[in-house]
Amino acid sequence: MSDFESDLPSTDRELQEFMMIEQQKAKVHEQIHEFNEVCWEKCIGKPSNKLDSATETCLTNCVDRFIDTSILITQRFAQILQKRN
Amino acid sequence: MMADTATGQNKVELMSQVKQQIALANAQEMLSKMTEKCFKKCIQKPGKALDNSEQRCISQCMDRYMDSWNLVSRTYGNRLQREHYKDTVEMAD
Repeated sequence: MSDFESDLPSTDRELQEFMMIEQQKAKVHEQIHEFNEVCWEKCIGKPSNKLDSATETCLTNCVDRFIDTSILITQRFAQILQKRN
Repeated sequence: MMADTATGQNKVELMSQVKQQIALANAQEMLSKMTEKCFKKCIQKPGKALDNSEQRCISQCMDRYMDSWNLVSRTYGNRLQREHYKDTVEMAD
C-alpha cells in the first residue's frame, strides 16, 4: 500500500480513499457469495415458493457458525505453528 | 498512471466507472453461481429440452437463491457489527 502511494505522489487522497472503500466493499461481497454458496448447499432442499422459517434459521446459523469455525481454525492453526517453533 | 490528472470531472467519471465495473463483476458472479446451483437442483436427468417443471423449478430456485443471498448478507452485516463492537469494548477496557 505504501509503495502504491509513493509511486503516485500526486494521487489525491479522495481517490485513494474511494478505492480503498470500494476494495473493502468488493471483499465483503466476495465473502457473501462464498457464505451463500456454502450455506445454500447445507440448508436448501427443494426450492419452494418462499424461504420457510426453518430454512431462514438454518441460513443465519450457518453463516455465524461458518465464521466461528474459521476463527477457531485460524487460532488453533496459529497455536500449532507456534508449538513447532 | 490514472490519477495524476484526475481532477474534477475526470475523477467523477473514473469513480463511477469503477463502481460500474464492480457492480458488473458482482452480477456476473451471482449469475454463474446461480446457474451452477440451480442446474444442480433442478435438472436431474438432462433431456431433449428443458420441460415446464424444470423451467418452473429454475425460476423458483433463482428467486430463493437471491432471498438466501440477501439473508446471508444481512446476517454477515450483523456479525461484522457485533465483532466491531466487541473490538471497541475490548480496546476501551
